[in-house]
Amino acid sequence: MIKFFLMVNKQGQTRLSRYYEHVEINKRTVLEAEVIKNCLSRSKDECSFVEYKDFKLVYRQYAALFIVVGIDQTENEMAVYELIHNFVEVLDKYFSRVSEFGLMYHKILQEILKTCCCTDLFLRQFFQPYFCYI
Amino acid sequence: MPAVSKGDGMRGLAVFISDIRNCKSKEAEIKRINKELANIRSKFKGDKALDGYSKKKYVCKLLFIFLLGHDIDFGHMEAVNLLSSNRYTEKQIGYLFISVLVNSNSELIRLINNAIKNDLASRNPTFMGLALHCIANVGSREMAEAFAGEIPKILVAGDTMDSVKQSAALCLLRLYRTSPDLVPMGDWTSRVVHLLNDQHLGVVTAATSLITTLAQKNPEEFKTSVSLAVSRLSRIVTSASTDLQDYTYYFVPAPWLSVKLLRLLQCYPPPEDPAVRGRLTECLETILNKAQEPPKSKKVQHSNAKNAVLFEAISLIIHHDSEPNLLVRACNQLGQFLQHRETNLRYLALESMCTLASSEFSHEAVKTHIETVINALKTERDVSVRQRAVDLLYAMCDRSNAQQIVAEMLNYLETADYSIREEIVLKVAILAEKYAVDYTWYVDTILNLIRIAGDYVSEEVWYRVIQIVINRDDVQGYAAKTVFEALQAPACHENLVKVGGYILGEFGNLIAGDPRSSPLIQFNLLHSKFHLCSVPTRALLLSTYIKFVNLFPEIKTTIQDVLRSDSQLKNADVELQQRAVEYLRLSTIASTDILATVLEEMPPFPERESSILAKLKKKKGPGTVTDLEEIKKERSSDMNGSAEPASVNASVVSTPSPSADLLGLGAAPVTNSAPPPSSSGSLLVDVFSDSASAVAPLAPGSDDNFASPDLASSEVVSEEPADTVHDADELFHKFVCKNNGVLFENQLLQIGLKSEFRQNLGRMFIFYGNKTSTQFLNFTPTVICSDDLQSSLNLQTKPVDPTVDGGAQVQQVVNIECVSDFMEAPILNIQFRYGGTFQNLSVKLPITLNKFFQPTEMSSQDFFQRWKQLSNPKQEVQNIFKAKHPMDAEITKAKIIGFGSALLEEVDPNPANFVGAGIIHTKTTQIGCLLRLEPNLQAQMYRLTLRTSKEAVSQRLCELLSEQF
Repeated sequence: MIKFFLMVNKQGQTRLSRYYEHVEINKRTVLEAEVIKNCLSRSKDECSFVEYKDFKLVYRQYAALFIVVGIDQTENEMAVYELIHNFVEVLDKYFSRVSEFGLMYHKILQEILKTCCCTDLFLRQFFQPYFCYI
Repeated sequence: MPAVSKGDGMRGLAVFISDIRNCKSKEAEIKRINKELANIRSKFKGDKALDGYSKKKYVCKLLFIFLLGHDIDFGHMEAVNLLSSNRYTEKQIGYLFISVLVNSNSELIRLINNAIKNDLASRNPTFMGLALHCIANVGSREMAEAFAGEIPKILVAGDTMDSVKQSAALCLLRLYRTSPDLVPMGDWTSRVVHLLNDQHLGVVTAATSLITTLAQKNPEEFKTSVSLAVSRLSRIVTSASTDLQDYTYYFVPAPWLSVKLLRLLQCYPPPEDPAVRGRLTECLETILNKAQEPPKSKKVQHSNAKNAVLFEAISLIIHHDSEPNLLVRACNQLGQFLQHRETNLRYLALESMCTLASSEFSHEAVKTHIETVINALKTERDVSVRQRAVDLLYAMCDRSNAQQIVAEMLNYLETADYSIREEIVLKVAILAEKYAVDYTWYVDTILNLIRIAGDYVSEEVWYRVIQIVINRDDVQGYAAKTVFEALQAPACHENLVKVGGYILGEFGNLIAGDPRSSPLIQFNLLHSKFHLCSVPTRALLLSTYIKFVNLFPEIKTTIQDVLRSDSQLKNADVELQQRAVEYLRLSTIASTDILATVLEEMPPFPERESSILAKLKKKKGPGTVTDLEEIKKERSSDMNGSAEPASVNASVVSTPSPSADLLGLGAAPVTNSAPPPSSSGSLLVDVFSDSASAVAPLAPGSDDNFASPDLASSEVVSEEPADTVHDADELFHKFVCKNNGVLFENQLLQIGLKSEFRQNLGRMFIFYGNKTSTQFLNFTPTVICSDDLQSSLNLQTKPVDPTVDGGAQVQQVVNIECVSDFMEAPILNIQFRYGGTFQNLSVKLPITLNKFFQPTEMSSQDFFQRWKQLSNPKQEVQNIFKAKHPMDAEITKAKIIGFGSALLEEVDPNPANFVGAGIIHTKTTQIGCLLRLEPNLQAQMYRLTLRTSKEAVSQRLCELLSEQF
């Protein structure tokens, strides 16, 4: 199963995090810092799967944005790897220029909150493959 | 769905958000937020009732402020109000707020649950969807309690909309993950399985996730899902690439669903029904065929999705391990990936192949890729891929290619990343031992290991080489010669000095005939390294010297001179000083005969599982490698008898003790389960001796366990720490009748207990001893009581220092109060970091009901009178059982007294029977207990009868006591 989902920028700041297992808030910070360090230090020709403690990290980079998913042994790495792309494509369809997430951050929130109707679609289609996967 | 076009409404929110975005500094942002918070507060408190729209707007603003990272402490009530709105947008914002900012305010939870209940019953799919999302997002126990019974009904109801079914399945999955006990199984389960046939692929995807998780715990209940999953999978893989519309991803039909279905099938063995089985084989073949077809799209997403399905199919093929044809095809397919330009594919191919290597059908096929894998080791730029290559080489190794693989690993070791060196060292050591036909090759390999990566050669590795050399006399001469040569290098690793010192001490005589390695030269060579070594190594060398005195009388005086020198006799280290003094005395006063007996060659070590293997397993944790290893071991029947598969777990505990044991010097009379103390001074305080001065000073053992005349030849067999092979439960039962002792022990940690009880109170001292020379970090022991237990047993512990130094011991006090009678035992969980690895272990803490016994003496008449009073069938519990220990009356008496009750003599008319009486003290009540134990020597059976005023107490005491005899 998927344990967590992180969006991080190149400076190592967490932009979005979602946990599917209970992790205490203060432990999250430590975990995120380590996870990010592990992924950011890797070069492009290294593979996208990193063993970390007792689980695996699958990550993808989109310009300055990293998406990192923590999974356990039962998950299919390649399927998760492609899921990230699917997720980003949906994001991209709804909000242009996902890559500049730093700027987008407020905008996405604004969209979610302002056009409520969108949120449903947002949840349904954009999170659907994602929810289905947990 | 209400139509709210983009940008419509909530202008205030838009203005606020753009204000925030225009803030130039953090301070400006905070100022703007505070202004807004004040505004919202006044609106909420104002007299004028707010309309839904305004409420929604303000709640939105609060949510936005919260998401920016500020605390929000009001607005919950307004959000809950929004839940009961009939307008979608308002309800939606209410739910969003609650999902994000739920708090445990019970009043609010009740209101929220009520609103959710209404929405679930509303039959409006959008509202139901929102409610289900909210339950899933919050996922708390309270939510599970309220809705876990309801959701299965929604899920299987015929008239539920697809989107709602989908949400319901995922919501149920979420609740099952958090509180499996609250999700009732029932007839809905069989109907859920049929969702796999649903027309809507979204529903199928959600249902597959749910069923997979449920089937892992209840395989029988969901068995019918196999055939349905196979037929669904078959329909997907044979569909044209555009058939599934939305669910086609870059021309791959429903890749994620396929992966999930294949994963579900891995919960079960191959289908028994030949038709289903045939269909599944067809599916898998189709997937393998498709992998060979030219891609339908040049996009990498297309091939990634296709490969995701392929890898999952291969996992299933390996899981079934029954179709040789498929296994070989899978292997060939992966072989192509080994040279693919995508690093991800190379990584995954190596990983999958590793499991393929363990199947007898594909082992040979995997072996054909050896050159490619070796090449990967040399050329891969990514350490995680190289690591996989090492794993695969290890998995594919057998007698035919062991020499080549070991040589390649040794080669790689010279340049390997520091992070994986130790693991490679262990692997090389294991392979070299396992596949050694010629033990000279083994010795060479290990010495090479020490030369190349001495720092990464753990103690287990060099212990093992010594064990093997001692046990095999055909290699001893060669080993002596080789270490002698290796020691001549100007700079050699300390581990080599240890191995060299040990082997020359035992077998130096075998090469002493050669003038180039005469006794004196051997001695001088070793002694030239002496001053550069650490204390434990020097101690070992001193033992070598005394062995030389026996082997080579001609250099006795030289050695005595060395022992007599100030740097030895007056050494600051007490262990070295003592060795020097005692060895010197021994060499002076003992006759040749005595010397020869004392310093005789070591007897062979008992065969046991390689401690290195145990270490590798531990390093890897319980996971694939272990399993693989197990499988391999079962298959490889020969292997020089180094391992007994049956004792795998046991042997993990019985790693040889430190260096002194190897020399047979630490052979103190081992009385109980205490490990033989090591000579390096890292002794644990003996917490369980019965003497008053239980907390003894460090290392008293060195004096008396050391070099008493017959020791060096005493069998190492006696040190085989058989007693330390703990079965947790067995140990737990030992504590029922005693209060002090060792509760747990492994290579790293020893846990000792001392406890005292009076009436309903008790105190337990837990001693944690670090057996290693390395610090434990983040050391956190926690005592865990289940919910039931918490109400009846009050435990208070103080935290302990999170670092435990090597060799040190820390103590923790647990204050115990028994509130009412209880059944279970608390669990002691200990977590710490040792080296780089995280350790986590749990043991039952022996706090049992009988500890609160106060013995009561009474006459025969009283006893039987009370016995009759407690004649209600519910008050009596009887157990007839076979004796597990010899039936000795004295021991039995001691046990009954240890159990806590009084032992009443001359009460029972039959003198062979035992009777006891006592009172269990709890805070709330006192419970009188009578017991009677009737042994039947002939049948080797006991009958135990307990009568107390409370049924549960009789039951528990009977259980506890029955285990004792």
